[in-house]
Amino acid sequence: MVAPLPVPLIPLLPLAAFVVNILAGRWLKHRAAWLSVATSSLACALAMPLCWKVFGGAHFAHQTTWLMLGDVPLQFGYLLDPLSSSLLFMVTIVGTLIQVYAMGYMHGDPLYSRFFAYVSLFMAAMLTLVISNNFLLFFMAWEIMGLCSYLLIGFYFEKDSAANACKKAFLTTRVGDVGFLLGFLTLFAAIGTLNFQEMNALLSGTATGAAPLNTAMLSLAALFIFCGTIGKSAQFPLHVWLPDAMEGPTPVSALIHAATMVAAGVFLVARSFSLFTAVPGVLPAVTTIGTVTALMAAFIALTQHDIKRILAYSTISQLGYMVTALGLSGLGAGTFHLITHAFFKALLFLGAGSVIHGTHVQDIREMGGLFKKMPSTAITFIVASLALAGVPPLSGFWSKDEILLTAFASGHLWVFGILLLTAFMTAFYMFRLIFLTFFGTARNPKVHAHESPALMTLPLWALAVGSVVIGFPGSPFMHHWFQKFMAHAAHYPEYEPSLFVMGCSVAAALAGISLAGIFYLGQKNWAENTARAFRPLYLLSLNKFYVDEFYSAYIVKPFHALGRALFGFDEKVIDGAVNGTGHVTMLLSRIKNWIDIYIVDGFVNFTGAFTYFLNSLTRRLQTGFIQNYLLIVVVGVLVLLVFELKLI
Amino acid sequence: METLELFVRIGIYTLMALVLVFALGVVTLRNLFHCALCLAAVLIGTAMLYVGLRADFLAAVQILIYVGAVMTLVIFVIMLTEHLGEKSIRQNNRQSPAAVISLSGIVVLLAALLLRTPWPVTDKALQAKASVMALGKALMGTYAFPFEVISVILIACLIGAIAIAKKDLPGEDVS
Amino acid sequence: MIVPLQHILIFSLLLFAIGLYGVLVRRNIIGILISIELMLNAANINLIAFSKSTSLAPETGQIFAIFVIAIAATAAAVGLAIVLALYRVRKTVYTDEVNLLKW
Repeated sequence: MVAPLPVPLIPLLPLAAFVVNILAGRWLKHRAAWLSVATSSLACALAMPLCWKVFGGAHFAHQTTWLMLGDVPLQFGYLLDPLSSSLLFMVTIVGTLIQVYAMGYMHGDPLYSRFFAYVSLFMAAMLTLVISNNFLLFFMAWEIMGLCSYLLIGFYFEKDSAANACKKAFLTTRVGDVGFLLGFLTLFAAIGTLNFQEMNALLSGTATGAAPLNTAMLSLAALFIFCGTIGKSAQFPLHVWLPDAMEGPTPVSALIHAATMVAAGVFLVARSFSLFTAVPGVLPAVTTIGTVTALMAAFIALTQHDIKRILAYSTISQLGYMVTALGLSGLGAGTFHLITHAFFKALLFLGAGSVIHGTHVQDIREMGGLFKKMPSTAITFIVASLALAGVPPLSGFWSKDEILLTAFASGHLWVFGILLLTAFMTAFYMFRLIFLTFFGTARNPKVHAHESPALMTLPLWALAVGSVVIGFPGSPFMHHWFQKFMAHAAHYPEYEPSLFVMGCSVAAALAGISLAGIFYLGQKNWAENTARAFRPLYLLSLNKFYVDEFYSAYIVKPFHALGRALFGFDEKVIDGAVNGTGHVTMLLSRIKNWIDIYIVDGFVNFTGAFTYFLNSLTRRLQTGFIQNYLLIVVVGVLVLLVFELKLI
Repeated sequence: METLELFVRIGIYTLMALVLVFALGVVTLRNLFHCALCLAAVLIGTAMLYVGLRADFLAAVQILIYVGAVMTLVIFVIMLTEHLGEKSIRQNNRQSPAAVISLSGIVVLLAALLLRTPWPVTDKALQAKASVMALGKALMGTYAFPFEVISVILIACLIGAIAIAKKDLPGEDVS
Repeated sequence: MIVPLQHILIFSLLLFAIGLYGVLVRRNIIGILISIELMLNAANINLIAFSKSTSLAPETGQIFAIFVIAIAATAAAVGLAIVLALYRVRKTVYTDEVNLLKW
């Protein structure tokens, strides 16, 4: 419980950068990037010592009451435990590097400052999410990240495809977000707290005098929360948004849609892991989803042509790995893969961005022979691919091996087999990508590739180093320090390393690489022959299992139809009612108008006319002629005389 | 004596009748100038009647003032205003029948009243003849105050008449 | 008295009525003024006639007649002056054409 001050500063610094950039971006222009990178670096510098202390066994937590909900306080606070500090470590480093890269990549973009404002906001949200100590703050940061994702996918909003993609991403993840919201509200109803530590204490039964738990509600809460993971981490069946999200700028793809935000779903499961383990029946579901996602995404990635889409499906597949690991209670394994994956997948995306920056095409069929023209990019890309494929001693090997080991040792042989197959396919499609892109001959003479500037290659090298070394804390060389570090926080099963599993993993990776080499470097017609031989499977993969088509036909269209029906209802019935009311009102007002004109006005006019009529009678008396009056006087005298003389 | 009285009586009645005829001429003739002449005749006839009633001085005043001054003035104004070429202009308004009827009623009633009333006629008063000297004494004595008031009124009216009838000098407000 | 008082009074009554008739029916303002002179004359005759039948000093009636004549002279002077002024402004001497103040 020391040094509480710097921790809130970590997310607040990027937030300040966001505020300044969004308000003064027009004036700052390219300096906006410096601000974002500076705040991000500062956050990194603040985070590193703290992480180091946590790695050394320290523990930071602090919270303040935000508001009272009845008599239950809602609290904001931070929690730095092994889990969150690992994430903090990864996010700050990767985020800063990617922003440095983006300075080069986005150079000359008209919305340069806005881009960095969004990225800063994203960083603030991600860091808040990582260090938050309760579900509410977590959810807020989660939603802000969703917003940033939406804004950044649609960054080139003048493109139709980007506009559609950002809508699709937002709506698809929304399905999961609603589940998440329902989930933690259910949890709140069940155990009365949203704090992670209190939840862990309650669910692990260490809290004294805890009331018996409502298992059904907890299961429901866990399933709902897992919906959030499915949406955010692009698990089957909500994975469709992530490939389309590649419409955004490539640094965004690297930062949000590979390294950090999509990992937040996995982090969510890891965060509420005590909940998942406390109730039966949820973890198998998690495993199933993860496995299916891993296999399916890898299978789709085999046949894609767009460099970023391949990486996107690879990301989905790897996220499936992580989810599977968590489903098998492998908290350490899953988190470990999350960290290593963030490094090499960010590197892959940045490398892909560098390639796109250099060639201005995204289709790998138009590339080829880029190795000589872009050596830095090519070497770092290959390093990352090797890490992803699981070639020792790179980081991906150790983390993937840990997941395979978890599956094998916990007795889920089916899962083990599928993951192994996925590993094979991963190696294949990554090296298919590499061989097509960097080797062979240039297939499109119009593409004139050039190496990217140092501002972009330097982060590549830094990440490449990270991809190599980040695996060692979890390797046998360091006695599985990372897994023990994770287990330090919560006691989860540990497995002895198995040479058999390692052997299988390496064999799968090497087989995949070799096969890709044969297909795309040697016998080039084999690939086509294979595709022809397994045409249904090929089409299935090429068309992404027809999931989009399925959604389009069975979800989007019915909703459209429903919308049209409701529109028709609106138009006919509600508008009709409104118009009818209008017509009736018009009619009434016409009647009133008639009454006004002919009765009220008539009465008034009649009064006037009657007065005028009387007036016209009496006016005759006032002739204005003196002689007339005089005559009347004479007549009056006559009358007086007649009366006075009593003649009548 | 009797015969003389009879002639005088016949003369007076004739005079009265003539005066009435001329009076009718005054109110009925279309030409205003003729009317004025008729009026002069009426005034002269009245003056003669005054003589008959033994008011010689008054008859003289009547002739002097009325026929000499007022009639001159009237004729003068008629000459100034009347367009003699427009004789066809209707001179009476439409209420003459009503006026005739009501006035006849009044005349009949008052005449009946007059004839029924026993007027006291004293012999002394009949024979009395007011001399000019007596008139002068009465004016300066008994009726000095009304006399002065009348003089003031006369002066005021003269000045007023001049002020009204004078031509407006250029630059003065006309209306 | 040569003629009975009643006859003189009836004469003056007739004269007065004729003058009044003129006042009532004449359109010409000068005509009206002339008719008024007739009525004043009738009044004067009455005054003279009554001075014969009362026990007052004999000159009393004549004095009043003189006053009346003076008033008649002023009336004629002022009236005719008004007629002249009116004629100058409105170019008419007919009463029904002088209707500026009429409703």
